[in-house]
Amino acid sequence: MSEIIGIVVISMGVAFDLFGCIGLVRLPDIYNRLQGATKCVTLGTCLILLGVLIHSGGAMGAKALLCAIFILLTSPTGAHALARGAHKSGVKLWEGSVMDKYADDKEGELDR
Amino acid sequence: MANRIFQFLIIFILWLLLTWSLTVQEIIVGVVVALLLSILLSDVFVRGGGKFVQPARYFWFLVYLPLFFYYVFRANFDVAYRVLHPEMPIRPGIVKVRTTLKSDMAKAFLANSITLTPGTLTVDIVGDHLYVHWINIVTEDPQEETEVIVRKFEGYLRRIFE
Repeated sequence: MSEIIGIVVISMGVAFDLFGCIGLVRLPDIYNRLQGATKCVTLGTCLILLGVLIHSGGAMGAKALLCAIFILLTSPTGAHALARGAHKSGVKLWEGSVMDKYADDKEGELDR
Repeated sequence: MANRIFQFLIIFILWLLLTWSLTVQEIIVGVVVALLLSILLSDVFVRGGGKFVQPARYFWFLVYLPLFFYYVFRANFDVAYRVLHPEMPIRPGIVKVRTTLKSDMAKAFLANSITLTPGTLTVDIVGDHLYVHWINIVTEDPQEETEVIVRKFEGYLRRIFE
């Protein structure tokens, strides 16, 4: 029984990872792509690891759970660092973007 | 001192979970490594170790977790919908929101929570202000933006970390 549930959870994780990758290809600029990549790939990978926990349990399951926690903590941090670095080095937002308060505030600082 | 003890315990428990064995040599090496790390790194890692012994914080953390995972799942279906939709209904931009949280730990968790919840990605934190990339801006009023993005987590995170 736990084997079937594990495989179902792993399949869900793979599906979310797939959506994340489609987002990486389809979305227009780095910031939007990071959105797709972090959200879907984080949950997708966590679900795969959770599936491993349900499927195998024991030592491997404990390690899978720890890895899931590490990914939950580090993946958004990494995305934040990438987005900030991209913005600081002058990567423009997609032309369809509505506003960029971050760039506005940075210009204000330069004027002063 | 409290900081070091709690850091030692955290590292030692992590070690036990990762090795998953209770043989004597594993435990001895674990104790040595945890001691060394907690002596070397106590200044950069955990601050306010005394907070670890207040049970109310764990209670609010347990309340916060289901809420967090609910938003993480919603975020995933949201991204899947936007990505698979033929016209890609996005209206992106970077907005500026204000937080009332004070401690670094709480702000870090708030930024991470914002990144994993529907349509938002924290770009930078300057003082009390967070710059958030929003994939589908629904309002241009800063007050409302703060309301939508930050408020749902702030109360819980304050009870957990401050």
